[in-house]
Parts: sequence; structure tokens; C-alpha cells
Amino acid sequence: MSATSTAVRRRRAATAGFHLGAGALALLWLLPIALVLVTSLRSFDDIAAHGLGGLPHSFTLDNFRQAWVDGGQQRALINSLLVTVPCVLATLALAAMAAFALSRYDLPLRRSLLLLMLGGNLLPPQILLIPVSKLSEMIGVYDTLPALIGVQIGFGVGFYVFVLHGFMRAIPAEIQQAAVVDGAGPWQVFWRIILPLTRPALAALSALSFTWIFNDLLWAITVLRSDTKMPITAALIGLQGQYVSMWNVIAAGSVIAAAPTVAVFLRFQRHFVAGLNLGAVK
Amino acid sequence: MAVLTAPHRKPPVPAPSRGGRARGPRRTPPLVLAFVLVPLLAEAVWVFWPAVQGFYLALTSWDGVSAPGFVGLGNFREMASDEVFRGALGHTVLWLVLFGGLSALLGLAAALLLQQERRGVGFYRAALFLPVVFSLVATALVWQAVYQPDGVLNELLESVGLGSLRHAWLADQDTALYAVIVPALWRQIGYVMVLYLAGLKGIDPALYEAAKVDGASAWQRFRHVTLPQLRSVNAVVVSVIIIDSLRSFDVVWSLTRGGPYHSSELLSTYMYSTAFQSLRLGYGSALAVVIFLLAFGVIASYLVRAFREAD
Repeated sequence: MSATSTAVRRRRAATAGFHLGAGALALLWLLPIALVLVTSLRSFDDIAAHGLGGLPHSFTLDNFRQAWVDGGQQRALINSLLVTVPCVLATLALAAMAAFALSRYDLPLRRSLLLLMLGGNLLPPQILLIPVSKLSEMIGVYDTLPALIGVQIGFGVGFYVFVLHGFMRAIPAEIQQAAVVDGAGPWQVFWRIILPLTRPALAALSALSFTWIFNDLLWAITVLRSDTKMPITAALIGLQGQYVSMWNVIAAGSVIAAAPTVAVFLRFQRHFVAGLNLGAVK
Repeated sequence: MAVLTAPHRKPPVPAPSRGGRARGPRRTPPLVLAFVLVPLLAEAVWVFWPAVQGFYLALTSWDGVSAPGFVGLGNFREMASDEVFRGALGHTVLWLVLFGGLSALLGLAAALLLQQERRGVGFYRAALFLPVVFSLVATALVWQAVYQPDGVLNELLESVGLGSLRHAWLADQDTALYAVIVPALWRQIGYVMVLYLAGLKGIDPALYEAAKVDGASAWQRFRHVTLPQLRSVNAVVVSVIIIDSLRSFDVVWSLTRGGPYHSSELLSTYMYSTAFQSLRLGYGSALAVVIFLLAFGVIASYLVRAFREAD
């Protein structure tokens, strides 16, 4: 047997081994997701008769209606979006402004300010929970969505300032100087030059911050109390209490709660992964 | 879950060092000042001011209704004799070691397995990464179904002849904590993998070639080329993991609320229930300070690294 054919055969075996190993791993990872999808489509009687881990015998979409209407998930999803969308926009706008000022101008104490803002974001939220809930009571926004929006912006902004600062300072000075020579003020430099060049980073951070804010539970249950105000994560816990051991409804609720972020991920997968690495590779 | 990655030197864009960086005119335009001050104000209102209050409240006894009474270090003295606190501290350390250690190891292993661009690898990566986008609450509910007495896990054990291991995984004090760690790992590994994939991509292939020419085995190449080259990513991963571990709350809260009998209680869940269910706001703040102290070393080193990079 010639050496080349042995090499080819060995390479084929390695490829097969790789796909076997990686495939098994992927299967293991997807199995719980498949289980929930299947459970969300089964009827309660089916689960009662054949067990949660048994093979499904009947399918129905009624669980989704129950979670969506009776379980209050519709309202909760709207609340989530009412919080998440303004939060993402406001946080990134504020962070881009601060990062622009700190990276392109010789401000006094700019390094300290940058680290102060990042440091705030690194604090364990636990130290803030009690004062934040009292603060929102004091200024009269406790149990309203603006309170949640406010705290999400305030707590999140530091991290984005830091990442965007790293991105913006890499933009060559000459571009800005040329604009200044042409008579552009700070606003024009920011809006016309720096912001368009920062677009890849902004796209990545939007995808990322959307899922973070959408998936948050802790801040929501800290500043909100009424069931009707809760976002989808907290509502899902409510559903768990309301439909004890009705796994078909709970599974349908989980699918509804996960669908928006999965959609964002599938649509913006590249941005998403880029976002996770933005700090690391900069 | 907020903290991601610290920077390390590998600018993909032309390095910022050439020529003077654009620091516009000497006198700062008012608009630029406002650009910094507005976000800073938002953070001051919602983070810095509450943080100061949090540290102060840790020295008080407060029910949230009447005025807080100053008790000095009384709350911390109480912790010394608080069984639940000691349990929660132990569980938090165990969580740090198991959740943190395993997610780093398995994340690195997954990245090594899936680092080469080849057919199908995108699908495998996406599969491992998919849970990262789920909320921890949804993740918890998925696994709660798996753990049910008639759930898939028990059925699986039954079908391979290990029926004697059937278990109410979340209701048993001996298994609850571990049963909660698994979903957290399921979600974290894909995230760590992505960080390591980027790190591996940044390693110069010439280094491997050189090692190969010198006759290094696969293990030696890993040990003496890959690992040293990944040092800065490792630092990032360690920071992320420690900060994430100390923040872990959602998954425990959704699955067990720290029970049964505090057997899966973490400092974060104990702090929450002390503050918002027992309404012992002073003691809860003191517990939060303990969490802060545990995280402090990591936060400080993270900031020091960031400080070096910031200029």
C-alpha cells in the first residue's frame, strides 16, 4: 500500500472522528432545547398519561394560547420590549457620546473618568439592590417601567463606554484633523465622522445589549412589583407558579420567552459573536 | 452577566500609536464636556450614589419603614454565628470552583475541538453557543423539566439499567446544588468557547510550524505554544467567570429559591431573600458587602489592566 493512500485514509478517519465527536456534543447541547419544543406541543393529558420523559402521542398549539393569553405572556413580552428597545438605544447613544469625548479630546482626568465608569459596571448588583429600590420609591417611579429603564441605562453604560472608547481611539487622528481644518465643530465630527466609523462596534453591542437587557431578571424584580408590569423573565417565573407541573404550558412559555433573543441571534449571529469578543480582541 | 472582556494588545485596526492621537483643541468645547457629564450623571444617580448608600446601610439595622439604626459592625458579627450564611458562603465558593473551573476547562476543550475552519464546524459552534442567548430563567425551566421525577433524565437512567439512581434531583438536599450548576454550565460553556476561539485565532500559525519542525508532539505544542499564547485570554476568562459566579442568581432563584433547606443557597440568593422577603435591609446590605469584598480583587485587577490599556 502506498504512503499517500494511507495518509488519505488516516485523514478520512480523523474527519469522521471529528464529526462523530462534535456531532455528539452538539446533539447533547440541543437535546434539552428539542425536549422543550416537543413538550410545548404536547397536550396535558398526553404528558399525564405517558410521562414528561415519555414519547409524545398527540400535538396541540393550545399551550401557546394558554401561556400567551391566560398566562399573561403577551403583556409581559410587550413590557420587555418597552424596556429593552429604549434601553438599548439610550445606553448606546450615551455611551457613544462619552466614549467620543474621552477618546478624542484631551479632557482632564479622562483616564480616571473612564475607569470610574467601568468600575461602576463591575460592581456586584447586590450592593445596589436595596438603595436602588428605595431610590425609585423616593423619586416616585417604583413599580413603573421607567425605573427599570433608568437603572438598566445607569448600570450598563459604563461597560459600553469602555468598549467604544477602545474602538474610537483606534480611528486615525488625521481624519478628525482634516475635518477640524474644514471648520467642523465637535458635533459634526461626532455625527459625520466618528459615529459612522464606529458602526460595526455599535451593531455588535446592540445585539449583545438587547439580549442582556431582555434576559434580565434581578433588576426587574427589584424595582417592579405588579404582575402587569413584569417583563417576560419575571412573568415566566410567575407562570411556573401559576401552572405548577403543567409542563406543556410552562414549556410553551419558555419558548415564547426565548424566541426574541434567538431571533436576534440568528439574524445577527456575526455581530453577536463579534460583540462578545469586542473587548477581548481590541 | 454584564462583564465581558478586558482588552489586551492585539489591535486589528492600525495601531493607535502612530502619530499624535487626536486630542482636539486644548480648551474643551462645552458640548464635549456635556457628552461626558450626562452619562456620568446617569451612572452617578443609579450606581455610585446607591453604592455609597449600600455600604452605609451595611452598618445599620433597618426594616425599610422606620429610620435605619446604626449598629456598627453588628451585622458582620451576626454573620459569624449565622449557619445559613456559612452554608451560602461555602456554596458560593463551591460554585466558583465547579461552575468557574468546569466552564473554563470545557470551554477551552470545545474551542480546541472546533477551532479549525472545516465543513460543518459553523453548525457545531452555533449549537454550543445557542443557549448563551437564552435567559437564565428560560434555561432553568428547560432543565427543571429534565429533572422532574418522570422527566427525561430519570427515564434515560431507567432505560440504561441505572433505574436505582432515579432521583428527585432538585428536591434532594444532596443533589440540589449540583443540579443547579449543570444548567448554568450548559449556558456558560458556549460563551467561554467563543472567547477562546478568538484567542486561538490570534495565534501565529508559524509558531506551530516551528514547533513541529523541532519535533514537538501535539501535547507539547499545546503545552508550550497554545497555553502561553492564550495567557491574556485566560486572564479575561478568569475575570469573567469570577464576576459571573458571584452574580449568579437567576438560575438558582428560578430552580430552587436556594432550597431545599438552604442546600443550594448562594450569597446572592440569601442576600435577596434576606432583604426583600425577610425585610432585614441592614443585614442584607452587609451580605452584599461580603459579595463585593469577594469580587473586589478581580474588579481591581480588571481595572488595573484596563488602566494600562486606556492609554
